Amino acid sequence: MREGDQARERKEVDVLVVGGGNAALCAAIAARWEGASVMVLEKAPKFYRGGNTRHTRNMRCAHDEATDFLTGPYTEDEFWEDLSRVTQGHTDEALAKHMIAESKAMLGWITRQGVRFQPSLGGTLSLGRTNSFFLGGGRAMLNALYLTAEKLGVEIHYEAPVTDFDLVGGHCRSATARIFDQEVVVEAKSYVVAAGGFEANIDWLKEYWGEPADNFLIRGTPYNRGDILRLLLDKGVQPVGDPTQCHAVAIDARAPKFDGGIITRLDCVVFGIVVNKNAERFYDEGEDFWPKRYAIWGRLVAAQPDQIAYIIFDARSIEMFMPSLYPPIQAESIGELAQKLELSPEALSDTVNGFNASVHEGTFDHTVFDDCHTEGLTPPKSHWARRIEAPPFYAYPVRPGITFTYLGTRIDRHSRMQMAKGGGAENLFAAGEIMAGNVLGQGYAAGVGMTIGSVFGRIAGEEAARHAGH
Amino acid sequence: MQATSHITEAERLMTICNSCRYCEGLCAVFPAMEMRRAFSSGDLNYLANLCHGCGACYVDCQFAPPHEFDVNVPKVLAQVRNDSYRSYAWPAFLQPMFDRNGLAIALVTALSIAAFILGFALWHEPGVLFAETGNFYRVMPHTTMVTIFGAAALFALFALTMGYRAFWKDIGASGRSANDAPSLWQAMKDAGSLRYLDGGGVGCYNENERPTDNRRIYHHLTFYGFLLCFAATTSGTLLHYFMDMPAPYAWYQLPKLLGTAGGIGLAIGPIGLLKAKFARDPDLVDTSRLGMDTAFTVMLFLTGVSGLLLMLLRVTPAMGLLLALHLGFVFALFLTLPYSKFVHGLYRFGALVHYAMERRFGI
Ligand SMILES: Cc1cc2nc3c(=O)[nH]c(=O)nc-3n(C[C@H](O)[C@H](O)[C@H](O)COP(=O)(O)OP(=O)(O)OC[C@H]3O[C@@H](n4cnc5c(N)ncnc54)[C@H](O)[C@@H]3O)c2cc1C
Ligand code: SF4
Ligand code: SF4
Repeated sequence: MREGDQARERKEVDVLVVGGGNAALCAAIAARWEGASVMVLEKAPKFYRGGNTRHTRNMRCAHDEATDFLTGPYTEDEFWEDLSRVTQGHTDEALAKHMIAESKAMLGWITRQGVRFQPSLGGTLSLGRTNSFFLGGGRAMLNALYLTAEKLGVEIHYEAPVTDFDLVGGHCRSATARIFDQEVVVEAKSYVVAAGGFEANIDWLKEYWGEPADNFLIRGTPYNRGDILRLLLDKGVQPVGDPTQCHAVAIDARAPKFDGGIITRLDCVVFGIVVNKNAERFYDEGEDFWPKRYAIWGRLVAAQPDQIAYIIFDARSIEMFMPSLYPPIQAESIGELAQKLELSPEALSDTVNGFNASVHEGTFDHTVFDDCHTEGLTPPKSHWARRIEAPPFYAYPVRPGITFTYLGTRIDRHSRMQMAKGGGAENLFAAGEIMAGNVLGQGYAAGVGMTIGSVFGRIAGEEAARHAGH
Repeated sequence: MQATSHITEAERLMTICNSCRYCEGLCAVFPAMEMRRAFSSGDLNYLANLCHGCGACYVDCQFAPPHEFDVNVPKVLAQVRNDSYRSYAWPAFLQPMFDRNGLAIALVTALSIAAFILGFALWHEPGVLFAETGNFYRVMPHTTMVTIFGAAALFALFALTMGYRAFWKDIGASGRSANDAPSLWQAMKDAGSLRYLDGGGVGCYNENERPTDNRRIYHHLTFYGFLLCFAATTSGTLLHYFMDMPAPYAWYQLPKLLGTAGGIGLAIGPIGLLKAKFARDPDLVDTSRLGMDTAFTVMLFLTGVSGLLLMLLRVTPAMGLLLALHLGFVFALFLTLPYSKFVHGLYRFGALVHYAMERRFGI
């Protein structure tokens, strides 16, 4: 027994689950079904339990046929094609295919744990075939998982951050946690770590992004600070993923620093132009359908001066996209709009005029690749290009909104962490954001975050229980 | 004024929800909201009356307090809804009845009971009150009873109709005919089953994030109990006038069967509802209107229980007083229908009809 241990409370359990989101709860429930005793330690207070999972709305699972909630089949092959395309091959193919195969049973499994689904939400029809939407959203989904875990007898503590692991080689002897400010040592036979990424840790983001990270907004929980990830990497667990890679979208610049969630997102890029603080365009706004381009704009804006940009459009487009939290900034002329945005009126007028002059307007239709495009403009706008000329004019200021980071712990197909020196850890498993980088080297396909959490959560829970002798 | 701040807050919330839409599958409110981009006060009154207060969207909301967006749809819609009852009430000078509704209803009830006791005593010799006759009509002639209650019912009906018209106009439905049969049928099914008081399928939320279905069950007991009692009275009147069969009736005759079943519903349902109400997470409730909620529920309970007692103790000296009590409750209940929580059913039904029509024909 080490010095100071006498003062701490000690607890014993078969499986200790660190974190309280989708990945953690799937692991806890799966381990409990296997017969193991399970404890969940969640850093956040009860209301904020389940970090980013609270903000989700759907998950992507392969399925062979249409269901009450899914409009058609989505085969494993198609899922794999989508994943390899968005990651441009930066994925562990064997592991990704394993996940996709396991995702098939996931819908049934998670439904049995009390999670309920519904057809795709209004405004998200393009995901109706591939993604299963949670009835009531992510917090409803979490509430159901917590109810099930409680009924099964999982011991759950809130405001209980894990602060240390006694990790020697690949064997973890105990974890230290602060439960309501009381220091507790938990000795478990196996450990499942599902404590999210490090997206809420601006200082850590700065290590890779430099000062610009100060201008990033964090879309989800302020509790995913990567403290567990850092501990594990420092103690010899093998990292996976590029630390600058993350899911980042352009969100309303007026959003709060943390936890603004889904309602600050903007779906109007394809209807207008996007300029930086010099009032210059910097990327093809009409390159592809919005759901396919949604996740590149965070990085694009992050590369602009002061990490700010403005989506500019006119009265013809105002009702063509989902409403969002903050009203657009509105003006009767481009000059006035520039003033309100504190941009140079001349520069913005020049950009808009130049854009308007190069527009070749055909038959506008935002549901297909239409023939409205620019000619002789760099960068071009390849589709949905209409002159910005009908007042009032509108603008949304946008900043990079970080959803979650990809740097994580390397795992094998049993969700077992791998050690930097080689070989698997004996009793350490990981699931969710903290190992997302195994599957997501870069890029993103909607709903994959939850797939990673559920599939590897369940695997981790079952493996952890097995290791604990169940 | 309070009401405008409630409307402002509801507008803020609906703007947030319309950007989120996660609760779309929980009830009718969110799909109705999605048909709009901006929300007039009429729209908000419509949505508020469409909301059954099941609590699901609060428990499921990632932006509920303590989140800084402070999204509490059930509470704010309850506030708007309760304000709307006052604004639709006819005649306008009686709208303040809603301000201290518990007190107002209690006063009307007390006066009405006193009037019946006094009436019995004045019109007959006081001894009638305690005579062991078992015959109501010796205490109060049938015609008098029908006249008094008929008048009260007619007044209530007229006032309720005026309120409903104001509501229908306010929610922007006046352009529509109110009698599209499929929509009416849909609304009757939805209202009759309390379809939207089920948290999207698991039951409504009361004390915490664990769903229960108790409120729906108790509400069914109360509502159908009320209907049965109403049917009992109606059948009694019909028997009296058309079949020459005046009261009292034997236990197996229609008015008795209906009345007993209804009375039992009214004796159990309201207690369950009140228990649930007071156990409810105050975050979900418009606490300033507890008086109104309680008054109406208690009135239903007292009507039911006094009716049952009257039946059991008809051939005892207690009959006269009990009859005065029971008639006093019923009279006050009818008279205050347009100024009590009763109207929630009316406007809820109207909102459901409007919703069914919007689904069929678009907005
Ligand atoms: C606005 C938004 C919308 C999204 N929408 C979707 C979607 O529709 N579909 C989808 O697939 N993905 C979506 N995502 C991504 C998705 O949220 C994540 O991929 C997923 O929730 C990750 O689950 P998780 O369990 O790994 O992490 P989380 O749910 O974030 O859980 C991690 C938990 O660990 C806890 N924790 C952190 N440190 C400690 C510690 N030291 N000790 C104990 N506990 C700790 C945190 O409090 C947190 O509760 C969205 C994300 C955001 C921000
Ligand atoms: S109540 Fe909350 S979760 Fe539901 S739609 Fe509104 S903002 Fe979204
Ligand atoms: S409380 Fe229930 S009925 Fe009312 S809006 Fe929320 S989910 Fe719908």
